[in-house]
Amino acid sequence: MSNAEMTMAKTRHDRFAAAGTEHVEHCDQLRTIDLHKSYRKGPVEVPVLRGVDMEVRQGEFLAIVGQSGCGKSTLLHLLGTLDAPDRGEIHYDGRRIDNLPATERDHLRNRRFGMIFQFYHLLPELNTLENVLAPLMIRHGTWSFLSRRRKYRSQAKELLEMVGLGHRLKHRPRELSGGEMQRAAIARALVVQPRLLLADEPTGNLDQSTGVEIIRILRALNLQRNLTIVMVTHDRSIADQADRIVRLVEGRIEE
Amino acid sequence: MYKLLLCWRYLRTRYIALASIISVTLGVATMIVVNSVMQGFTGEMQNRIRGAISDVIFEARSLGGMPDYEMHADHIRKIAGDRIEALSPMVVVPAMLNFRYGNNWITRQVDLVGIDEQSQSNVSDFGKYLQHPANRQAMSFDLHEDGYDVRDHQSVAEEAPERKQMAYAGWKHRREAARIRTFQRQYLRTEKKAPAPSATSPSADPFAGHSVVEENRFDPAQQQHAGAVLGIALTSYRTPEGEDRFQAVPGDDLKLTFPTVGQPPKAVSDSFTIVDFYESKMSEYDSKFVFVPIRKLQELRGMIDPTTGVGRINAIQIRLKPGTDGEAVRDELRKAFPPELYCVSTWRDKQGALLAAVDMETRILNILLFLIIAVAGFGILAIFYMIVVEKTRDIGILKSLGASSRGVMGIFLGYGLSLGMIGSGVGMVLGLLFVHYINEIADFIGWLTGQPVFDPSIYYFHEIPAVVLPWTVFWIVFGALAIAVLASILPARRAARLHPVEALRYE
Ligand SMILES: Nc1ncnc2c1ncn2[C@@H]1O[C@H](COP(=O)(O)OP(=O)(O)O)[C@@H](O)[C@H]1O
Ligand SMILES: [Mg+2]
Repeated sequence: MSNAEMTMAKTRHDRFAAAGTEHVEHCDQLRTIDLHKSYRKGPVEVPVLRGVDMEVRQGEFLAIVGQSGCGKSTLLHLLGTLDAPDRGEIHYDGRRIDNLPATERDHLRNRRFGMIFQFYHLLPELNTLENVLAPLMIRHGTWSFLSRRRKYRSQAKELLEMVGLGHRLKHRPRELSGGEMQRAAIARALVVQPRLLLADEPTGNLDQSTGVEIIRILRALNLQRNLTIVMVTHDRSIADQADRIVRLVEGRIEE
Repeated sequence: MYKLLLCWRYLRTRYIALASIISVTLGVATMIVVNSVMQGFTGEMQNRIRGAISDVIFEARSLGGMPDYEMHADHIRKIAGDRIEALSPMVVVPAMLNFRYGNNWITRQVDLVGIDEQSQSNVSDFGKYLQHPANRQAMSFDLHEDGYDVRDHQSVAEEAPERKQMAYAGWKHRREAARIRTFQRQYLRTEKKAPAPSATSPSADPFAGHSVVEENRFDPAQQQHAGAVLGIALTSYRTPEGEDRFQAVPGDDLKLTFPTVGQPPKAVSDSFTIVDFYESKMSEYDSKFVFVPIRKLQELRGMIDPTTGVGRINAIQIRLKPGTDGEAVRDELRKAFPPELYCVSTWRDKQGALLAAVDMETRILNILLFLIIAVAGFGILAIFYMIVVEKTRDIGILKSLGASSRGVMGIFLGYGLSLGMIGSGVGMVLGLLFVHYINEIADFIGWLTGQPVFDPSIYYFHEIPAVVLPWTVFWIVFGALAIAVLASILPARRAARLHPVEALRYE
């Protein structure tokens, strides 16, 4: 993260503190209050989240573990504002984000959050480099993107080199292995210089050693860039790499 | 930016969508071709109608006509003189035409038009439609020695077949025909009268007297009757190869029978000599009109006032200066002359029914063809829907990266627009190429199927006339584009409304 952004984040914290949002602890970047979410299957309502309370501190690497189907993805989608909770609140940097209008949520996802998924979710029509640039293309109109293209391309290349994909710039996703796709997805998440990375079973589809490699990258990012990471997984051994582990059981968080 | 890129990539990777656009392409191409050909036909026809009947016609309602041409002409000039280029008097009367073809007399029903050979070509394209070059320069009802066009001078195409019979039309033909007839007559007579030569010899004196009369008698080898210009289709027919065959040519005689102006009218008939053919390429006119000198017709019909020598006429043809509003002149003339006695009409009024019918035909064809493009629109809709379903996960990804619903919608609208542009653009090029090479294509198809597409024996043109109007092309392409965009709105809206989480879960 750049210095400028650090100071910006700091001043925002100060401002929120000054505004008297007293219940927000100073170091909490993300906080959920009594989150509820249920899905409707015909006439019956299936509750998935039943009151999730948790805090994530700035720069923390948090792992959420739970069995398959316990609602981990659902929770992560709520955190990433892709879906809205039935009840409860989500605060980011002291500001409530779950009830923001669509354009502001789009803006948040585009500039503040990075997301990676179990199935990588790269766009099949674009090559590796273009996939990494996609969030920036979404952010800018044609002309403003083209005018900054040089800068952005070198940024994206740098990131791809960092995750070890410098030699796969022009490849389409289907020409990459699972581990390579996930690394491209990480580069894509990082290109917007996010402050929070949400990872949904990033190793779920990878073999043991590739998974370990991915976690190593995430760990390094967390340490070097002070990047906050919330990772969900059903794999205990993967979760052990995190600073802190919480368990999602029956729709609630257990330490 | 991502919209453009994805649009472009979808275009490059989804050829099935291009297939859905083929019907748009074909629809656009067909519409352009049909409109151009219809426009060509209409334009050609309008020109010919206008050329044949002048801009405005001032007619008397009764066959007896109006008594004095000069007086009426002066009055007309007073009203609209500044806009009038030329005037010409006319006598029109229904008539029966007879001519000999071999041993048969052929009868046709015609409109007999008495014209003033000096002024007629000033008010209409009459002169241009004649077959002798000298007549096209200055019309005359005198038979020419020879030199009638063997090639249709109005046909641009080189391949129009020659009219071989025209090569010997004129005085040459007349003398030859007269010689043969005299020979035949003598031969038949000598054959019949051979057994009794002595029976006639006593009456040598009256015979001598008779031969004196014969000296003054009409000699077809030296003399001609009053000239007549015939619509070319009255004595000719066209073979399937497009060659014109004539049953009579300039130099032959014919008989015309028509009513006098007496009360009650009586039929009179007289002989005329064909001096030229009139070919406006409007079959309706070419198979209906016979033109003779107005004075001769007036005499025969008894239209000349015995005291003053002034002839009555039926109608005055008016040619207006270029760019004049014919309808305005018509209305002014209508106001100035009592409508019970005079009828004023423009060339458009005269052929209103025909032009309206062609208009109607074009419109219906356009509606049908546009419906075809609309049907193609449903094809686009279906294929787009499939593509949106196929791209559900990608839509989720884009939204998770912060793309707005409008942005996602923009991708698919843009996709529809570009497909529409490709479809109608290619259609436009195809259509224009088709129009450009339409005669070659018609020939080729004719050669392929062994059946001529454009049968010159039916139409009086040797080739298909086609006129491309830029605005028509614009509207066709615009309409096709609009349909492609409309068809992509529904799928695009579906894409925009997809819930990102559902979309991401979609496998
Ligand atoms: N759209 C949906 N409609 C109904 N049930 C759903 C829907 N999405 C998820 N679920 C259910 O919610 C539960 C939690 O799903 P998920 O969050 O994906 O679990 P996890 O990621 O922990 O495996 C599952 O039982 C799943 O079947
Ligand atoms: Mg999951």
